[in-house]
Amino acid sequence: MMAATVQVPQYTRKDLVADHPTWCPGCGDFSVLSIYFKMMERRQVPHEKITSVAGIGCSSRFPYFVNAHGAHFLHGRGVPFATGISLTRPDLHVFLFGGDGDAFSIGGNHLDHAARKNIKMTYVIMDNSVYGLTKKQTSPTSPLGFKSKTDPHGAFDQPINPMKKLILGGATFVARTHSHLPNHVLEVMERAMDHDGFSVIECLSECTEFYPGAFDAANPRKGGVFNPVPAEHDVTDEIAAFKLAVAPFPGYFGVFFEVQRPTKNALEAKLNAEAQAKAGTVSAVQLLQKTFQRFG
Amino acid sequence: MMTIIPTADGSPVTSGKLMTDENIASDAVSSRPAVAHSAKTITDVVIRFAGNSQDGIQAIGGFLARLAGRTDKDVMTYMTIPATISGGPSIYQVRLRTGEVLSAGDEVDVLVAFYQHSYENHIRTLRDGGILLYDSDNVQPNLDDKRYRSVGVPITSVTVESIGGTGKDKGKNMFVLGVIARMFDLDVAKLEKMLQGYYQSKGDDVYRKVVGAFHAGYAYNAGELTDHFAFMPAQNAGGRARVVTDGNQAIAFGAIAAGVRFGAAYPITPWSSIMEILRVELPKYGGTFVQAEDELAAVAMACGASYAGHVALTGSSGPGLSLKSEAISWAIMAEMPLVIVDVQRGGPSTGLPTNVEQSDLNIACYGAHGDAPRIVIAPATVEDCFYTTMTAVKLAREYSCPVIILTDQALATRIESFAMPDFENLVQDIAPTFAPRGPNFQPYENTADGVAHHAPPGTPMVDGRYPVVTGLEHDESGHPASRPANHVLMVAKRRRKLQRLAEKLPPPALFGSPAGQVLLVGWGSSLGPIREAVEQARAAGESVSALHLQYLMPLQPGIGEILGGFANVFVVELNDEGLYGYGQLAGLLRSRFCDPKIRGITKTDGLPFKVREILEQMHARLAGREVGSVSADAGAEQEAG
Repeated sequence: MMAATVQVPQYTRKDLVADHPTWCPGCGDFSVLSIYFKMMERRQVPHEKITSVAGIGCSSRFPYFVNAHGAHFLHGRGVPFATGISLTRPDLHVFLFGGDGDAFSIGGNHLDHAARKNIKMTYVIMDNSVYGLTKKQTSPTSPLGFKSKTDPHGAFDQPINPMKKLILGGATFVARTHSHLPNHVLEVMERAMDHDGFSVIECLSECTEFYPGAFDAANPRKGGVFNPVPAEHDVTDEIAAFKLAVAPFPGYFGVFFEVQRPTKNALEAKLNAEAQAKAGTVSAVQLLQKTFQRFG
Repeated sequence: MMTIIPTADGSPVTSGKLMTDENIASDAVSSRPAVAHSAKTITDVVIRFAGNSQDGIQAIGGFLARLAGRTDKDVMTYMTIPATISGGPSIYQVRLRTGEVLSAGDEVDVLVAFYQHSYENHIRTLRDGGILLYDSDNVQPNLDDKRYRSVGVPITSVTVESIGGTGKDKGKNMFVLGVIARMFDLDVAKLEKMLQGYYQSKGDDVYRKVVGAFHAGYAYNAGELTDHFAFMPAQNAGGRARVVTDGNQAIAFGAIAAGVRFGAAYPITPWSSIMEILRVELPKYGGTFVQAEDELAAVAMACGASYAGHVALTGSSGPGLSLKSEAISWAIMAEMPLVIVDVQRGGPSTGLPTNVEQSDLNIACYGAHGDAPRIVIAPATVEDCFYTTMTAVKLAREYSCPVIILTDQALATRIESFAMPDFENLVQDIAPTFAPRGPNFQPYENTADGVAHHAPPGTPMVDGRYPVVTGLEHDESGHPASRPANHVLMVAKRRRKLQRLAEKLPPPALFGSPAGQVLLVGWGSSLGPIREAVEQARAAGESVSALHLQYLMPLQPGIGEILGGFANVFVVELNDEGLYGYGQLAGLLRSRFCDPKIRGITKTDGLPFKVREILEQMHARLAGREVGSVSADAGAEQEAG
């Protein structure tokens, strides 16, 4: 009775650490990486069952820092790349990492379509509201008035509201967190990982180099207010989620929206099962021969 | 084209010179069914159906082509369709031949004209002595023109009469199929079986009307129409069963046979039918085809599936290939297997969506940023579409790099018959395997031939070190590395793969003598017309040969030696003569062989080469008349839709 409950961890954080991150000191992304390791340690998922992929940007360097199979793809195309993995490999948990430029600007269209198709994966968007890798240009989430090298007089393009975009796109798990609050990040990341579908987390992650103090208003240690999603919020209520999303900055943190809808992964598998049942137990050779006999 | 040869009993003999009004009249048969004795034996016929796209003339062509396939005749079709959604002039041309068909035919033996515009736009293509079969309800031909024989049939009214009034003039195509079946003594039992197979499932009423119209056409006594032609039996009867497909079908099933189980694409003409087939067929084989939100997503999904251990396929037509080029560059850098089909159409930009051009060669070979070597191969026939796709999958897998298949609109839509593929020996299972790797596994190991394969996710690494694949320049282990010496090494590694492949390839196929006055070099779907041009030129005593290049990147070995044997080299391709007087492949060959004798024969009218066009251009150049691209044929404007 005693012995049965003892579990010896197979994987430790040490096994999961790869290269030392190239991020600037104090970057919020360190916290996300560290929490990811902690989660993996808790979950004991073997390395080969994880794949971590990314597009382009500071945060998209993530796969190099995780000792698991990974891929560093193109700017904005991480979502469809991860889709190709997810749909062909039900045995893997696909984690996608990226920033606000990747997710909401150059790759904005892919986000909507992966959301409506409900592709099974977990997408962590580290939102610093600035282009950091290219050294301070305006990002799609930079607030009005933000001064950057491309908007020296202050940005005047309306920023994207990530929560609104994701809910509207049809994502089945939409959450918001803040890298300065590790326990909160861990909580939503674990819920996202357990979600069967397209789970997306916007994690405010400060760029200490080009946008220091951007999220202080939500950081209690900096005199800000951290507003969790109210306990009575119904995560399946799209309208209620929208209302939370339109709250002025710093807004709410937590799971805004979560519903169960069949994933494309499951629907394609069902289609295949039906097609194969109809075709009968035949080999590819027999199936091709049969098909070509009709062409005769 | 229509070659009439003496029959065994010697009755109607019109060898060499084809039908004239005189011999047609003398062979005319008074009453209908006694076909056997009155039929002229022929080996080759070109029939063009000209109407509107909603008349179902494609169906007539399709049935004739499939019938030909089932009766050991070779067949090639050629069609034009309007770019508009519905309606508009359209043609379908069928060439049936006992023996190999090389092209769809320059001129037609029989023109079936449904409307006045059909008659006016296509009468020029009817050869002297040919037959104009026209719908006398809609067409008023110039009956004074005695170059050809005019046969009026009230196609519309007889069809309506035969199947009842409710169908309006639907069914005209089946009526005409019946007329043609009688005229060419086709196997009616087999045709009926095909009609049954295709139409019975569409409801009794539809099927009854189809059969009614067909029989009405077959029974129609058109008086002077009662010439009959019978095909000489094929020599090769008893070989492998023959199948009939279009080029896009051949590519789709070639991919399945090669083991492709994942693909993603975005709809675009004329690529779409490949993705439509794969969307329906792949699930039966446990595979998936995704309609992506755009071209960028499609190729990205394919890259993801290839990373996951598959050989994924994507495809498009010109504009889509432009959009995919960033990801192609990634697949080259990350050394991922990937198959990309480009069904070329007229460009640039949206260009001519329903016409043919071979103007994507440059983007296929060079389109992507950086030094980005990839494999580019081009199928020449419908059958070749099947085998080229199999080759593409094999090469992508072996060399871990993108392979582009350059097909075109003409190949995509034309129907040919070919021997049933030997699936038992061809079909491959290339499902990913996850055998443990390492220790010290390096996804980008700098091997002697440059070839290395990544470990797909799911693979246990025995030393516990897991690799990342990347589009950043990297060292052998996959770590980002911008050191000068490393970039030199890795650029050379990616290039070396293709050099090693080139060494293993056979020299390209030479048609005709290995030396002489003229060498016509071609690629892709121009193979047939070029071969036919060579046959005609050689028959006329000219010293002309042809070289067909299946591989455009890398080039096959031995080309330089072959070029050296000829006084003149003309690269025949469906693209523009360019700023310097030669087309895209000619430019590639010139940069490779530094040989100013390489010149071009090009055209940009959006239609396949006619044999005559190639020969005229060749003769003009040999005579020292430097001319530009082939100018558009009279009537080509309408033909192009």
